[in-house]
Amino acid sequence: MTLKATPLNSAHRAAGAKMVDFGGWDMPVNYGSQIEEHNAVRGDAGMFDVSHMCVVDLQGANARPFLRSLLANNVDKLQAPGKALYSCMLNPQGGVIDDLIVYFIDETWFRLVVNAGTAEKDIAWIRERNETTGSGLAITPRRADLSDDGIALVAVQGPNARAKVWDTVPAVRAASENLKPFNVAFVKDTPFGELMVARTGYTGEDGFEIGVAANQVEALWNALAANGVKPAGLGARDTLRLEAGMNLYGQDMDDTVSPLDAGLAWTVDLVAERDFTGKSALQRGQQQQFVGLILREKGGILRAHQKVVAASGNAGEITSGTFSPSMQQAIALARVPMDVAVGDTVHVEIRDKKLAATVVKLPFVRNGKILAA
Amino acid sequence: MNIPADLKYTESHEWVRQEADGTLTVGITEYAQDALGDIVFVELPTVGKTFTAGDDAAVVESVKAASDIYAPVSGTVTAVNQATADAPDSINANAYDAWLFKLQPADAGAIDGLLDAAAYGKTTEG
Repeated sequence: MTLKATPLNSAHRAAGAKMVDFGGWDMPVNYGSQIEEHNAVRGDAGMFDVSHMCVVDLQGANARPFLRSLLANNVDKLQAPGKALYSCMLNPQGGVIDDLIVYFIDETWFRLVVNAGTAEKDIAWIRERNETTGSGLAITPRRADLSDDGIALVAVQGPNARAKVWDTVPAVRAASENLKPFNVAFVKDTPFGELMVARTGYTGEDGFEIGVAANQVEALWNALAANGVKPAGLGARDTLRLEAGMNLYGQDMDDTVSPLDAGLAWTVDLVAERDFTGKSALQRGQQQQFVGLILREKGGILRAHQKVVAASGNAGEITSGTFSPSMQQAIALARVPMDVAVGDTVHVEIRDKKLAATVVKLPFVRNGKILAA
Repeated sequence: MNIPADLKYTESHEWVRQEADGTLTVGITEYAQDALGDIVFVELPTVGKTFTAGDDAAVVESVKAASDIYAPVSGTVTAVNQATADAPDSINANAYDAWLFKLQPADAGAIDGLLDAAAYGKTTEG
């Protein structure tokens, strides 16, 4: 099978990136040292090509009521244009079809950004719901390989990320200087065309996620690099999001996992007098809890699918694990039984050993500071 | 990619050096460290442990993944390199200095069955 490539593929190769097959996409895992890329984002500014993620525009008079029933979070939290919301999209069984961000552009136009590996499944589901509900929306995927006017995405992240974006594209400053987290601004007439500048990210650091015309993204990428924004690969993206306690679709949750069991109850709005797909299935409540683990003994690195045994003898499982470059310890996200509490010692089975780990509240790291120890 | 001509190799990317005292020194190759990325954990065998060729003998973990290191030939562990375990990234810095363990081979001729530099080089191409 031919791998899909983003518009930055040749730029990654020219920069000496190690490329890997990431869910059918030919993507950079690092450009040298994953740890240096991680540290650049925690301490300065790094950038990620996330053009494999898919922008999907929903346009029509019924956009809001459609999203009200499509998403587990309540789109009515978006009252001012330019606001954004993180949400799960659930199947009728209450499992997570995908997690996404929805941007409110105007009453007839909402924009979703969905994951790479799930985009086709998501679009098919959204189209089916559009048909079934008779919502009459125009549903337009804007990923570069699916659209003539494709949108590429670059995440610029780190304490100096915003300043370096402003240095690189001065026209962005006025529009985004007062932009609050989870808000988006559209900046017309930059040297790179119109830019969608969202104060969002997947690293636990400040920064922007920038949408740019696919044919302009390489020029923008090179200009950011010339201003000292370090290209970072999917390897660093994974350690950063794991330290930030953020779920990765397909690893920490999927179609079979309830958002309540994946630490995402805060994104599920069960209070409102609103029905949405999956709501009735969630009435069974939370069955497991999603926590952080820090390994306390030497003997390996925490990894996905390792078994976690609580003092009660009940068992759970690590969903994502790694060596934390910021903490210099093995850390993990895990789904554990309800009788486990923060501060407890649990034991993780690594090869032939059972090693002690401490249960901690997420996130591990936020804005450069270690919060869990 | 650096593949020293004076070493022997396995298809699973271990390098093996014949020492004057008859022991074999084992590490992982430049290619292996590059594929693994930043190495953050090394588990060494215990001295005196006996392996059959192909047994799991050590573990090297990078940020990304865990990788088993196999005994290239049958033999008994005579020494381990604690310095490598204490500084796992020394393998990234110089894979051919940061050895893992030494084996007294059960059969002194077994090393001849391993790949030479040219043959190993071919396995890492394409």
